[in-house]
Amino acid sequence: MSHSTFKDPSIYARRKRANFIGLVLSMSAMAIGLIFLLWILSILMFKGFSALSLSMLTHSTPAPGSEGGGLANAIVGSLMIVVSCSLLSTPIGVLAGVYLSEYGDRSKIAAITRFVNDIMLSAPSIVIGLFVYALVVVPSKHFSGWAGTIALSLIAIPVVVRTTENMLKLVPVSLREAAFALGAPKWKVSTSVVLKAAKSGVMTGLLLALARVSGETAPLLFTALNNQFFTLDMNKPMANLPVVIFQFAMSPYDNWVSLAWGGALLITLTVLALNIVARVVFREKVAV
Amino acid sequence: MNDADILMTPHRQSVLRWQRWQDFLFEKTTMVFALSTLVALTGIIVSLFISSWPVLTTFGFEFFYTVEWDIINSKFGGLIAIFGTVATASIAILIALPLSFGIAVFLTETCHMSLRRPLGTAIELLAAVPSIIYGMFGLFVFAPLFAEYVQPALAGTLGQLPGLGILFTGAFNGIGILAAGLILAMMILPFIASVMRDVFEIVPSILKESAYGIGCTTWEVVTKIVLPYTKTGVVGGVMLGLGRALGETMAVTFVIGNAHKLSPSLFSPGNSIASTLANEFGEAEPGLHYASLFSLGLALFLITLVVLSLAKWMLIHAEAKKGMKS
Repeated sequence: MSHSTFKDPSIYARRKRANFIGLVLSMSAMAIGLIFLLWILSILMFKGFSALSLSMLTHSTPAPGSEGGGLANAIVGSLMIVVSCSLLSTPIGVLAGVYLSEYGDRSKIAAITRFVNDIMLSAPSIVIGLFVYALVVVPSKHFSGWAGTIALSLIAIPVVVRTTENMLKLVPVSLREAAFALGAPKWKVSTSVVLKAAKSGVMTGLLLALARVSGETAPLLFTALNNQFFTLDMNKPMANLPVVIFQFAMSPYDNWVSLAWGGALLITLTVLALNIVARVVFREKVAV
Repeated sequence: MNDADILMTPHRQSVLRWQRWQDFLFEKTTMVFALSTLVALTGIIVSLFISSWPVLTTFGFEFFYTVEWDIINSKFGGLIAIFGTVATASIAILIALPLSFGIAVFLTETCHMSLRRPLGTAIELLAAVPSIIYGMFGLFVFAPLFAEYVQPALAGTLGQLPGLGILFTGAFNGIGILAAGLILAMMILPFIASVMRDVFEIVPSILKESAYGIGCTTWEVVTKIVLPYTKTGVVGGVMLGLGRALGETMAVTFVIGNAHKLSPSLFSPGNSIASTLANEFGEAEPGLHYASLFSLGLALFLITLVVLSLAKWMLIHAEAKKGMKS
């Protein structure tokens, strides 16, 4: 580089200009993201709140073309499926996470599991629906709430495994060593020392997994399907919010579309609330 | 005989044996649960393969590059759906990549410290919004605006170009491959942005400070120091977003138009693998149609598997650099 380039004032102007353009573009990218979030949320509030009413919570989904009706069966169905999903995926996910963090340092199995788990984390949820259809619905010959539960659990478990492992890894080794020095066996150290110390972190993972599955639609299409009537029987096809929203939003009936917006608002508020609670729980943990 | 052996009374020995047995049991139990994800993955591949076997024996590999999708005459080819999936995901990546890079740069370099956390959370909330909401938003709000303002503008400018123009011709009906790609872009944006932000934070501050010290501008630090240092991580993040985009169902199903035809124009409605499954699986009769849908699912799963494995592999390499830092 010749000496004269350093004295050339135009190169400074050019670099300054490039810097300015680059940073303005990056700022506008941020603005686009934020505007989009606000846009989606405000549309949802606007259309959702006008659909929200007491009868939406007390009546079951209306028949095609008929007036009124609500989402009671879908709300109850969604709650039952999501709650049983969390009951199923919590023990599996947490114990698998314990294995990866406490025994997985040198084992080949753990390395492979970790890899596969991360892939399952982003696997297409509709394919998981197909899998559960072939695995549960075909042999039992009918759609059911249980099939939906299994499909959602396959999505939730990787989330729980991942966060549990990460949170357990944050527990200081000295804490484990102190417990070992007192003569505690490894299983006791893992369950009553390490897991207890990472409790709120693990809770965060569970909440995030719940948030993830409460909005999932694709895996429920071929498993829980839908049910026009109110049912508490998990062995039967079960109405659930996401699938009802999907069917109603695509329908030609105005009151169905409006119910779909109401349901969409309910689901989004639930998911965002779970996310925020998860963050608060986690932050408390960090503060301690 | 040493001291330890003398301390080992028969009672203590039995306690020890019991504890070892418990430990063994605990390790193996947790291992079984850990293996369950592995079992699920193999189970998915095997069951999809078995269910799509009739198609593979009838049409062979031709299935993956023929266009026909004739339910009445039982002639099936998956090309349209595969094309739709790849096209929408590519559009999504093309748009989301620069945007998420901008967001990550903003959040790690220029944003004021006090705003980093809330703005980062806002972007993460964008990722938390369920995909069906994106779909409804796309169909009811975005598509009408897109048809009225964006499509005519695109047809009037890019559509006039020789050669490339054919991509932007056709009726302005708002829904179609391009609209689906745009909605997908907004969906995967937060995923890519948060991975990029994480890998940007790995860059040792001494490297950046040295660059600033010799008079680099912020933009030069980002493009000449941060980006080369985090190359693998950034590509991994993009691949992760691509994996998401390929498999996304609801956002695409609402806006892609669900038409089984192949058209060079990005304005025309099409179909992706996921949207075909969502629309047709419920009504499919057991037989070839049903098996064809399973074959599409298998193709989708294998494609995303490859993409996500590459992503993961690259992110592991990026992570290794973090180790070197300290």
